Amino acid sequence: MTDLRSTPLFQRHQDLKALLAPFGGWNMPIQYEGILAEHRWCREKAALFDICHMGEFYFQGDFEKSGLENVFTFSVKNIPVGRSRYGFLLNENGGIIDDLIVFRLDEDQVMIVVNAATADNDFEVIQQRISGGIFQNISDTTGKLDLQGPLAREVMVRFFGEKVAEIPYFRFETMEILGEEAIVSRTGYTGELGYEIFLKSHKVGELWDLFMTDDWVKPAGLGARDVLRLEVGYSLYGSDIDEQTTPLEAGLEAFVNFDKEFVGKEALLTQKEEGLSRRKIAFRVQSRRSPRHHYEICFKDDSVGSVTSGVFSPMLGCGIGLGYVQPKAADLDTPLTIRHENVTMEATVVELPFYTGGSLRK
Amino acid sequence: MSVYYTKEHEWVKIKEGVGAVGITDFAAHQLGDVTFVELPKVGKEVKQFAVLAAIESVKAASDIYSPVSGKVTKVNDALENNPEIVNEAPEDAAWIAWVEISDETELKNLMTKEQYDEYVKGLE
Repeated sequence: MTDLRSTPLFQRHQDLKALLAPFGGWNMPIQYEGILAEHRWCREKAALFDICHMGEFYFQGDFEKSGLENVFTFSVKNIPVGRSRYGFLLNENGGIIDDLIVFRLDEDQVMIVVNAATADNDFEVIQQRISGGIFQNISDTTGKLDLQGPLAREVMVRFFGEKVAEIPYFRFETMEILGEEAIVSRTGYTGELGYEIFLKSHKVGELWDLFMTDDWVKPAGLGARDVLRLEVGYSLYGSDIDEQTTPLEAGLEAFVNFDKEFVGKEALLTQKEEGLSRRKIAFRVQSRRSPRHHYEICFKDDSVGSVTSGVFSPMLGCGIGLGYVQPKAADLDTPLTIRHENVTMEATVVELPFYTGGSLRK
Repeated sequence: MSVYYTKEHEWVKIKEGVGAVGITDFAAHQLGDVTFVELPKVGKEVKQFAVLAAIESVKAASDIYSPVSGKVTKVNDALENNPEIVNEAPEDAAWIAWVEISDETELKNLMTKEQYDEYVKGLE
């Protein structure tokens, strides 16, 4: 295994006595005070996450001539300047190489934000698919902090002015923060109102310290982040989606535009025609038990699939999870049994999101 | 009252032939936020070091082993809806079950407080 990488905030996490663990090749804070306390703080106040591990790429050029327009499952040229879009980078078989967000910075410029573990490979894949234009991996010089929670807007306004309050969901503003140009985006991974802030990595420590002076802000680790994202049904790359799964199987067709060309389109059209052999489902457990990755999913005594993500949901007071099953067990309200060794739990297929009380669009 | 410990981080507090069983501070801390405790049934016969109960936290799931052989005479129902008690008072309010000890000679297989503290130090 290669050496773990650390974010610019490593020393601060250690000073806060965070529990650190490897995630996507990085030594990341899993928890500070405790996963449930941090989860609650994010649902009620404003939680600060170190997300510097994620990858960022920059492209400048002609989207169509370079071929970038056909790289993702959505159109790049149709994203209005100042907005961002979520979608996929697929392989020829329609498998998901990564899920990502593209930020339209200007007429001829975008920033592409990708997962940490997949960043290097994504960069190579995209580079091979385009020609012309400037394409750079700016991950090392770009830091990212997420401030998420119902009070996040007020905290942001306090530090950076009223301009922040006007940013709608899935839009962003370029503004000066601590004397440097930064991107403030109304996006996140928690189901709460919140911001993702991209800035020069040498400024991340200073911004972290500034946020930490606010009584409404507390740090939260990747442990809380995982519970938060699962409660609103967001997929985690590497667990719920990967190169062996397609957006159709994952129930994420809404992020695929079949009116344009993209790598993997033929495979998806074939899959549509032939029908799916498995589907991603969301299920709710009828107890406080937590389903976990790889647990078996059974329907009427048949093994029909397995769990890809599962946690105890503090908001719902029960176990929740995502998994893939044969289509016969994928309908809403289907009763399932989740099994692992001597553990069994009864569950029901439900709609996403599990938790609907978030401040996301407020 | 005497207290003994296991290598799997359970404690047993013994009074008049009955042992109250729970998990140690160390174990509770390692598990992190506890979200679920599966209690044994009253009347269950359990062997020393066999599975007595199960516990889940946000991070992990694990079994709880009985430090002694005997019959379960009482369980801590409060843990069903408030498993966080395990984090708040693991060696006190968060006892899991009472076991009527069938063989006191088995106590020689357990550690004293001093031995357990020494054992935990070696793990850290």
